[in-house]
Amino acid sequence: MKQIEKTILLGHGSGGKMMHDLIENVFIKHFENSILSEQTDAAIVQAGSEKIAFTTDSFVIDPLFFPGGNIGKLAVCGTVNDLAVSGAEPLYLSVSFIIEEGFPFKSLEIIAESLAAEAKKAGVLIVTGDTKVVNKGKCDKLFINTSGIGLVRNDRTHITKALNIVPGDIIIINGTIGDHGISVLNARESFNFKTTIVSDCASLNHIIGEVLNKTQVKFMRDPTRGGVATVLNELAGKINLGIEIDESLLPVNNGVKAMCEILGFDPLHIANEGKVLIVAGKEYGPAIIEILKNNELGRNCAVIGRVVDDHRGKVVLRNETGGRRIIDSLSGDQLPRIC
Amino acid sequence: MKYVDEYRKKDLIISISEKLKAVSEKEMVIMEVCGGHTMAIHRFGLAALLPPNIHLISGPGCPVCVSSQHFIDMAMAYSKIPGIIITTYGDLIRVPGSSTSLEKERANGSDIRIIYSVLESLEIAKMNPEKKVVFLGIGFETTAPLTAAAVLQAKSEKITNFYVLSAHKVMPPVMKALVEEGVKIDGFIAPGHVTAITGTAIYNDLALVYKLGVVVAGFEPSDMMQAVLMLAVQIESGNPKVEIQYQRVVHNEGNLIAQRILNKVFDLRDDRWRGLGTIAQSGLKIRDEFSQFDAEKHFIIEIPESTEPKGCICGQILRGLKTPAECSLFGKKCTPADPVGACMVSGEGTCATYYKYRS
Repeated sequence: MKQIEKTILLGHGSGGKMMHDLIENVFIKHFENSILSEQTDAAIVQAGSEKIAFTTDSFVIDPLFFPGGNIGKLAVCGTVNDLAVSGAEPLYLSVSFIIEEGFPFKSLEIIAESLAAEAKKAGVLIVTGDTKVVNKGKCDKLFINTSGIGLVRNDRTHITKALNIVPGDIIIINGTIGDHGISVLNARESFNFKTTIVSDCASLNHIIGEVLNKTQVKFMRDPTRGGVATVLNELAGKINLGIEIDESLLPVNNGVKAMCEILGFDPLHIANEGKVLIVAGKEYGPAIIEILKNNELGRNCAVIGRVVDDHRGKVVLRNETGGRRIIDSLSGDQLPRIC
Repeated sequence: MKYVDEYRKKDLIISISEKLKAVSEKEMVIMEVCGGHTMAIHRFGLAALLPPNIHLISGPGCPVCVSSQHFIDMAMAYSKIPGIIITTYGDLIRVPGSSTSLEKERANGSDIRIIYSVLESLEIAKMNPEKKVVFLGIGFETTAPLTAAAVLQAKSEKITNFYVLSAHKVMPPVMKALVEEGVKIDGFIAPGHVTAITGTAIYNDLALVYKLGVVVAGFEPSDMMQAVLMLAVQIESGNPKVEIQYQRVVHNEGNLIAQRILNKVFDLRDDRWRGLGTIAQSGLKIRDEFSQFDAEKHFIIEIPESTEPKGCICGQILRGLKTPAECSLFGKKCTPADPVGACMVSGEGTCATYYKYRS
């Protein structure tokens, strides 16, 4: 016999369907307003004559240090990217620390250093913050929250809304998928796989800025928790069109492919922290690819699929053997805490 | 990727598909026993490449799916005992028991840890000497030798706080049970990795006594297609036998070391299968010699008889009698996010596979 779910499960935080339902049924219900209801990565709000993008994100990753970064670098990249994919120029960040009693100063110092270095790289200033220390066992070593604001030009406010997408538009990603989730998983679990998989954790505001300055983009989103599959499913639902992707065009590192084969995961469901999905008119494809290819953070970019006037609201993958299958959002929890 | 891409080549698969069409026009029902095979068939869209006279049905080879509700209820009861750490493979955590699941018990404070290898349980036991670590042993001849190895290691390292709750099962009795029950099957695609351990002799009865073809297959699309072709040739010629398609991994004698370890620690017993009832000599229990590691001997608990969830047809699906599409709960009340039956929980479950790859 099934019981009605009464408590929060880990799956409620996984970025997939369960979390979506939680947000709809609890948070949106109580906080309802027209800006929040857009459910975008960053809210776009009017402040005087300017349009400001405002976002917040909490980081609870385990382990704190992983190949390619640490919680400090991640805390900057995550928030900077949420602003950048909303079409904003990120400007200022806040940083809050919740620290468990007994946490080594040395680790905190390294994390603060990376935070500062990444903020400098992204060209944002950390202008305010907060520190709390809790009893041993009341949080897992260290949690960080960052919030950020940036300016949005008037001609870029459409990007979060996915307004003018039509069949034939193309979907681009700036590189290989699944690196972050798999590298963290490998660092955390005792697999003893010898791999060279490194998290893709990076601030994307400069590369995105270049694309926006030189071409036309209809929609962008960073495929973090829940992976590419979840972002594309949300988009397909929002625009009520179909999305088709080609497995053979998906850039996936061999190490990630192998780990996914062994563990039974789909790279499309694995988190990324330095990737952006771009939807644009077909005519802008070559120019966008050209810009991405010339940037360290876009070298392995690819057009991975297109918007179609078929199977509305669904994402379909054409596989290498000629078969087709529906790609769902992640349901429940696939991986341990990864961001 | 090496050792994968070669077996997924479209041209190769299409050429086998063409051969298959020419081999036989007989109506034939082929059961893929293993959940991994069910997944491969759907993931690569193989059903569309088969001629209309060949029908594939899914069998009872997903370890999570066949674990009885009684076993899940026992695991749940153990998880509520203070001082116990439950270690389990991830798939099991969301299987609904009679009233709750391990996932929900974990949210309520039970110490339940997902591991990827049973040997991690030993590490956890060593690091928590004041606690008792109970590993939920599920799976067939593939995972059972690993559990056996962990028991042997615990014994040699004198670890005294490690226990196994065994729901391990063996494959041949359930295959025979299905045939004896009258499920119409003309041939089996036998599980590649189980056979890599056991060797092929376990299927001899099926070919000799029941006159059914058995082909041991790998898990890539060209493996599966070739296995179907080999079975079709056998069925067409009326010459059932045991053959190995998966020759790069499986040998007739199997893995003798794994067999020795398995037999040293485990003994056969009658066992419950979800939806199939009790099947004679189909389960593995820990031998008395190793009873200090047998959770059932240490933690005596009474579990009320459990009933299958209402409307759930997992039992018939596991017997290949029905497909998920024929279940009134499928995709509505029963989804991977909120499963009713076990077949929807495991990544290798027939219902979860149908749900994931529906198109």
